[in-house]
Amino acid sequence: MNLAKSYSVSLIGLSGTMVEVEAEISSNLPAFVLVGLPDTSLLEAKDRVRAALTNSGTAMPSRRVTVNLSPASVPKRGSGFDLAIAVAILAADKKIDAKSAAGCIHLGELALDGSIRAISGVLPAVLSAKQAGYNKVIVPMQNLGEASLVQSIEVLGASSLGQVVAHHGFGGPSTSLLPVGRAAGASADREVSQPDLADIVGQDEAIEAITIAAAGGHHMLMVGPAGIGKTMLAERLAGLLPDLSDEHALECAAIASVLGRYSDGIKLSNRPPFEAPHHSASMAALIGGGMGVPQPGLVSLAHRGVLFLDEAPEFQRPALDSLRQPLESGEVMVHRSSGTARFPARFQLVMAANPCPCGKWGSKSRSCSCKASARHSYAAKLSGPLLDRIDIRLRLQVPTQVQNTLARLGATEVGRSTNAVRERVVIARRRAAERLAATGFSLNAEIPGTMLRKNFRPSRAATLRIDRALDRGLISMRGYDRCLRLAWTCADLAGNATPDEHDLAKAFLLRGEDGNSAW
Amino acid sequence: MNQRQVLGRYGEARAAVYLEDQGYQIVERNWRCRDGEIDLIATLESQFVFVEVKTRKGSGFGHPFEAITVEKMARMRLLAAQWCRAHQVNPIKIRLDAISVLISGGRISIEHLKQVSL
Repeated sequence: MNLAKSYSVSLIGLSGTMVEVEAEISSNLPAFVLVGLPDTSLLEAKDRVRAALTNSGTAMPSRRVTVNLSPASVPKRGSGFDLAIAVAILAADKKIDAKSAAGCIHLGELALDGSIRAISGVLPAVLSAKQAGYNKVIVPMQNLGEASLVQSIEVLGASSLGQVVAHHGFGGPSTSLLPVGRAAGASADREVSQPDLADIVGQDEAIEAITIAAAGGHHMLMVGPAGIGKTMLAERLAGLLPDLSDEHALECAAIASVLGRYSDGIKLSNRPPFEAPHHSASMAALIGGGMGVPQPGLVSLAHRGVLFLDEAPEFQRPALDSLRQPLESGEVMVHRSSGTARFPARFQLVMAANPCPCGKWGSKSRSCSCKASARHSYAAKLSGPLLDRIDIRLRLQVPTQVQNTLARLGATEVGRSTNAVRERVVIARRRAAERLAATGFSLNAEIPGTMLRKNFRPSRAATLRIDRALDRGLISMRGYDRCLRLAWTCADLAGNATPDEHDLAKAFLLRGEDGNSAW
Repeated sequence: MNQRQVLGRYGEARAAVYLEDQGYQIVERNWRCRDGEIDLIATLESQFVFVEVKTRKGSGFGHPFEAITVEKMARMRLLAAQWCRAHQVNPIKIRLDAISVLISGGRISIEHLKQVSL
């Protein structure tokens, strides 16, 4: 019986299903039939495979070839099955060792000349192959780097179909010299010049604020006149975050892999990502979309890192409000015609805004030309529910003449380099993680209000002032929770066991106003 | 007869010899009617076999079988039915086959596909 099989992976979002590629050669007139729910680009595999086989020193059998992709109920798309189809056909034709072909996952698109082209999503595909219990996978050479990040599975890179069939024993015993992927792990490539904190003139409070944001994972809104460095600050916040663990770096790399970002050999990094979309970004760009097939959006690309929305009120209101679900749950569901995918989206949101449409309100030297009503409606573009999730609301001031002079003289605070501050952040995060170990959270920003008030209450003496402010109705209950959360981060940074009066005072300032009137 | 027809006749002759070697009896060659021609009609164990023979020199234009199209097979079926009607044969016990005769480098290889469909 001329029947053989090989394996490949069908990817929807980040989760892959193992696909068995069965090939059968029956003694009938030549035909090539591909069944098992293929999409248009997969049906085109027939012509690619035929040409690639002819140009690799072998040929399509001159009989009826039936290729079945099973399970038939899983939708399959794209060109990643080409290699598995070609290998299954050759195995059924007894040109290569069927056992060797079936013992291996094949990923890759075939070019007409028989070379193997890179595909997107190799990393998540290899991860799911490993989870499904397979122990060997052949990937396109250009994807070898990302595929090698997966531990305890044998990864081989191939650049042509000829190499793969030689590996499976075409024309004699297996003569495989396929390069084996070395499990390298992600590296912290600091050579890439990150913007440094030391570049910033003045703005000591703002730097303290982004340090606290980095230490506690607090979402942040910066409001201030144009040209005072809001964007500079946000860019530097990502640099303050600690390196990602290998596991988290793998999560980030898997998302980037789905978008094909590693196919050209970009090095993997364990630095947290920083995404700064333009304010014309649509809801699909932010949350995720794709033509028929779910694709991750910017919130997922910023997973474990920073999503920076500059000129936040200029974003479309639906786009901004769509951020509420991922902010709450740390993941997004993307629904498309070919399926639903769940992408992780645990990002730190940083928004910057001008105080008014002209951008001059609150600046001492320039006068604002906006009407009060225009200022109000500008502020109201950020909805209440979105602002509720933001712990730090910072009003930035134009640096005074004295601050500018001090900066010129080089008399700024010492230890204000990104590296020095990151170390403080790392220590503070460790303290928080130890304290929260039993709760399942790791960052202060994640603690729910009830748990905060019940289990993590600072002393009565420390909270005396904000208790009084709450009694008098000066702050809301939600504002009170934000104060406590921030105070814990301040205490972690300062090395205090529990927040003291100063920490709470600082928190009270950073918390900003309640409700919609952020500025 | 032009060169192609000579080659075709030669291939059909080789195919007939091949079938006889396999125990078939040739019933008719090149049966024609208004709608076309059947290359060979043979019989074995009271089953009638209608054979399309394709002959090629070299495989530069693909395998001979690749030249047998869906339309060709549909016509074969029609012709087989007409033959059965003309000869009062029960059309239940019939079969459509294809034989390729490939001549390359002084060697002749014959392949036989039984009960083909497209």
